[in-house]
Amino acid sequence: MSELKTETMTLNMGPQHPSTHGVFRLQLKVDGETIKEAIPVMGYLHRGSEKLAERFLYSQFIPYTDRLDYLNAMTNNYVYCAAIEDLLEWEVPERAEYLRVITMELNRIASHLVWWGTYLLDIGAMSPFLYAFRDRETILDRLNEISGARMTFNYHRIGGVKWDSPDGWIEKVQETVKELYENIQEFNVLVTGNEVFRARTIGVGRLSKEQVINWGLSGPIARGSGIAIDVRKTEPYSIYDRFDFEIPTEQEGDVFARYKVRIAEMFQSLRIIEQACEQIPEGDIITKKGKRLMMIKPPAGEVYRRAEASKGEIGVYAISNGKNKPYRIKLRRPSFVNVSILQHLLVGESIQNLVAIFGSLDVVLGEVDA
Amino acid sequence: MSQELLDLIVEKIHTLQGEEVIEEAKLNFEKPMIILGSDHWNLATAKLLHDEESLQFDFLSCVTGVDYEEHMEVIYNLYSTKLDHYLYLKVKTPREEPVIMSADQVWKAADYMERETYDLLGIDFPGHWRLKRILLEDDWEGHPLRKDYITDKKALGLD
Repeated sequence: MSELKTETMTLNMGPQHPSTHGVFRLQLKVDGETIKEAIPVMGYLHRGSEKLAERFLYSQFIPYTDRLDYLNAMTNNYVYCAAIEDLLEWEVPERAEYLRVITMELNRIASHLVWWGTYLLDIGAMSPFLYAFRDRETILDRLNEISGARMTFNYHRIGGVKWDSPDGWIEKVQETVKELYENIQEFNVLVTGNEVFRARTIGVGRLSKEQVINWGLSGPIARGSGIAIDVRKTEPYSIYDRFDFEIPTEQEGDVFARYKVRIAEMFQSLRIIEQACEQIPEGDIITKKGKRLMMIKPPAGEVYRRAEASKGEIGVYAISNGKNKPYRIKLRRPSFVNVSILQHLLVGESIQNLVAIFGSLDVVLGEVDA
Repeated sequence: MSQELLDLIVEKIHTLQGEEVIEEAKLNFEKPMIILGSDHWNLATAKLLHDEESLQFDFLSCVTGVDYEEHMEVIYNLYSTKLDHYLYLKVKTPREEPVIMSADQVWKAADYMERETYDLLGIDFPGHWRLKRILLEDDWEGHPLRKDYITDKKALGLD
């Protein structure tokens, strides 16, 4: 019998594929069920955020940062404000820093919960999604109470935060934390040990340490491959050096390792919130100068500021020429860099694993396309 | 400590390429910053920063392109995961024909970030394995982040 002749086929996955949770296209060349080439195509959501930044006053750009990674907007707010504060050389009041940390960490848990629910949905488990969104809703309620918005918070300001916490808010957060400890542990028991789930994720989408570093991957992806980089520890910003917490890492570098890192991170975030709620002092929430939004005018200079978002290392490169509008704002979006590994990681994989691998990167398209 | 690191980097680059290749070396917000002309930014220098025992800048955090109207610049923010130190590396290039060697050959992280810089600022990166537009459509005219870019409101459907 002569050898079976096979052909490669080009397959477009997206831009409207449900597993991308946004608009993102993968141009695949497949030979049977094996992926031979994968080219990510993006930009469907490009809004020109960096160009817009040059047209606005410094304070007017904050709401636009909300729309980058809309699942983790607090950190986006923070890193932009912190970069401008660096240029201005301002000190931020203590209470504001605590409120920033509490909101950022609550938001990190909310973001991981969305990932947890939708990821399991992607690989075929329906009900975890409902549990994850129930708890996420509690967190969003808390964030809504302090900022007035569920997702696009626009809460941090250059020099502090916009609103003080309402009466009894801190106690409410403490209660939420207690609830979340139990619920997340429950998720862990329900899913992590599941035979089917483990079969789909263990050993799939392996990334080595060298690959992670060379491709500039960060966040849970890097930590899932045994690299303990977390800006909160390596270059503590805000007041993170005051809290006792760990950087969870796993050595395997597969999809399951990234999953475990994210679960463990939620517990660490809860620990940070607990400590912050106990330590939070009374006082101002914004510097005097920060209240005069239109007058913010940093001296000429430039700075690169990084922070740890739920997806990885987020950075802002801010350049001022002494005027009241930024000369250049560069946004380093973790999802944009993380998604670049796909063209390498998917080659040789079976097409069944595609969604399991893509989902494990936790990509938000609003951030990829900026 | 930063000053010592800065001196070390300057010394290493001088030994490699000879004196006076570095246009400026200073501390920017307590981190070393080095400014090079694009004709002195080459593979040997990139590899030196990446491989040298005492430097080991293995993590490329950010690539930023800037249009300064008289010239253009690309800034590489480097970090060492092993030695925990940072560097701002600036490469200057003339505005008429902006060309900078691609760092993609040493740090794969530069792949998308340089494509973005090419897309939005029109800086060419020879040595890049697949340099083409990434955020804008392939047939987009001009580079929006250039300071002389005129937004065609009609074409965008805004007018």
